[in-house]
Amino acid sequence: MKKLRLIPLLLMLLMLLAGCSSKSLAEQSVLKNSRETKTITWGVKADTKLFGLEDVRDGKQKGFDVDMAKLITKKMLGKNSEAKFVTVTSQSRIPLLKNGNIDAIIATMSATPERAKIVEFSNSYFDAGQSLLVPNDSTINSTDDLAGKTVLGVVGSNSVINIKKAAPKAKVLQLQDYAQAMTALKSGQGDALTTDNGILYGMAVENPGFKVVGGTFTKEPYSIAANKGQSGFTKEANKAIKEIEKSGEYNKLIKKWFGDVPGFNYKELYR
Amino acid sequence: MINIITSHWSELLTGFGWTIFSSVLALLFSLVIGSIFAILEVLPNKIARTIGKIYVEVFRNIPLLVITMFFYIAIPMYIVKINGFVAGTIGLTIYTSAFIAETVRSGIQSIDKGQMEGARSTGMTYWQSMRYIILPQAFKIVIPPLGNQFVNLVKNSSVLAFVAGFDLMYQGNAIASTTFDTINSYLVVGLLYLIITLPLSYYMQYLEKRLV
Amino acid sequence: MQNFIDAYSFINLRFLLMGLGVTVLISVVSVILSFIVGSILGIIRYSNIRYISKIVGFIIDILRNLPLLLIIFFTYFGLPNFGFKPDTIPAAILAMTVFESAMIAEIVRSGIMAVPKGQMEGARSTGMTYLQAMWHIILPQAYKKMIPAMVSQFISLIKDTSLATIIVVPELMQHAQIIYGQNANYIIPMFLAMSVMYFVVCFGLSLVSNRIDKRIRA
Repeated sequence: MKKLRLIPLLLMLLMLLAGCSSKSLAEQSVLKNSRETKTITWGVKADTKLFGLEDVRDGKQKGFDVDMAKLITKKMLGKNSEAKFVTVTSQSRIPLLKNGNIDAIIATMSATPERAKIVEFSNSYFDAGQSLLVPNDSTINSTDDLAGKTVLGVVGSNSVINIKKAAPKAKVLQLQDYAQAMTALKSGQGDALTTDNGILYGMAVENPGFKVVGGTFTKEPYSIAANKGQSGFTKEANKAIKEIEKSGEYNKLIKKWFGDVPGFNYKELYR
Repeated sequence: MINIITSHWSELLTGFGWTIFSSVLALLFSLVIGSIFAILEVLPNKIARTIGKIYVEVFRNIPLLVITMFFYIAIPMYIVKINGFVAGTIGLTIYTSAFIAETVRSGIQSIDKGQMEGARSTGMTYWQSMRYIILPQAFKIVIPPLGNQFVNLVKNSSVLAFVAGFDLMYQGNAIASTTFDTINSYLVVGLLYLIITLPLSYYMQYLEKRLV
Repeated sequence: MQNFIDAYSFINLRFLLMGLGVTVLISVVSVILSFIVGSILGIIRYSNIRYISKIVGFIIDILRNLPLLLIIFFTYFGLPNFGFKPDTIPAAILAMTVFESAMIAEIVRSGIMAVPKGQMEGARSTGMTYLQAMWHIILPQAYKKMIPAMVSQFISLIKDTSLATIIVVPELMQHAQIIYGQNANYIIPMFLAMSVMYFVVCFGLSLVSNRIDKRIRA
């Protein structure tokens, strides 16, 4: 087998790849770049109602995250600036940020200690908490009822890690994105879907046969994420968030997106 | 890379196992189904031939992912509950069987027509001649292409990741998104796929050369 | 029935067709690129150039034996480490091209190998260089023989573009998923519609190629 001789070559190739990948990338200042180009490229969701959902009519992402990103861009860079959007999933958002495809993430992402090791978080711009979505006739009322049941989540989301702690006896399946997870729940591939309450209420609006149960069992402060070392950017973003809260624009946005969600007390979210 | 292997070996091993299990199951089933449709395609009966042809053409021209998602989402909603692994394996089986049918059909057709006539003249029925004379020869010819189909199957089984089928790719996604070390996670996964596919495809190349 | 009528609204159909457009775009560009790159690689591998053929051959074997899904991930998540940040559509095209070039290279190599060895020797003896003999004598014969294998590979390519949905490329599969993700009643209609669309494109291509193949052989 002559071919065997090539195996060391393969190993060398792999090490080369691995070695290159560990090098840190985004070393230029994102803040400086965006000020020069007057644009910020945001990673947003396209499958999450109320936060970032692609509109079939015009192909644009719409939701609270998207509107926040537009406002923050304006506050950071001035009136004639532009917010650009790239669709991300829970799985792809951190790789794309690290790679520099996007300047920042504003995509239902909660600031967790593990993630804070590799990205720079802003202050929270939305207070979510993890909950459960089940069919109306389900016997599941809280995480205590999940033993032996199948719970659906999304690859790369914090909620699949949390649910394993909150309900260690439940079986957890990870789907590609929220649209897939919801479709799988409807198809009976799982007994409950878990993620943050805001997202779940969005799903319940679309799908009247399903309800959110069990209150919230975690705190998920949604934050903007930029690359490690880009604290200049997150500081400016914090200022922008504060301004938006003070001017009342924040509450307007909350009312716009969450005002009509049944069973959801949106006024609790006012800042 | 070493980190990923040492801290996640059990998930990787599980995924490796499910990938092989799904591929082997799909190969066995698609061999049977593929052969049935191949025989349908060469029967004298015109309706049988048409059915065989339609099956092959439909499933050769629709993406595997579409077939798999259909079984994961649509079938459980309206007919029967099946999980991701089963849905994925069914998808793989149907998709692969169309290709195997093509391979086996051309194998059968490459065997000299005189053989069938000769067998029939000794008093065998059509089915007996098919079973004892034609098919054994046809399968010998199609072994290398079938081996290549198995390599394809192993690669294609990565669609199980779309339906939470626990396979290698699914585990790789989960590892990549918990360790945030995307490249190294996928490098390990790639290496594990190569462990199955590379020797197999070299062996098939060797077999092909020997047959020529 | 009502589900079908609602599902096939003008807006939804337009959205699906936009997805089909992207699928076709990715397919056409990748087919052209992988035909060129694959041919070059296949000829290099066949030609027995010291070391280079071996290394090219080995890289081809690696790529051919990996799942395309993995190559898509590497292109989209991995390449930026080398300073190149493709958008989703270019990333999909690149991934398809890398993978399919390796597949095409094998088809080209075995196509050339199927041309009798004497042809090359004969051509060389008339004073042609290796490359001239390859270009004028060997390749035309080889490519004629390759048409069926080549076309079925390209059909696979078209089908495989559906995998790009994993990096949120706005192609047919992705758009169908977005529509049925927002309304469960549309699941069956959407699967039907996208299956028909893929089928028409792929089967259409195989019909056209059969005709070309017959004409060339005739």
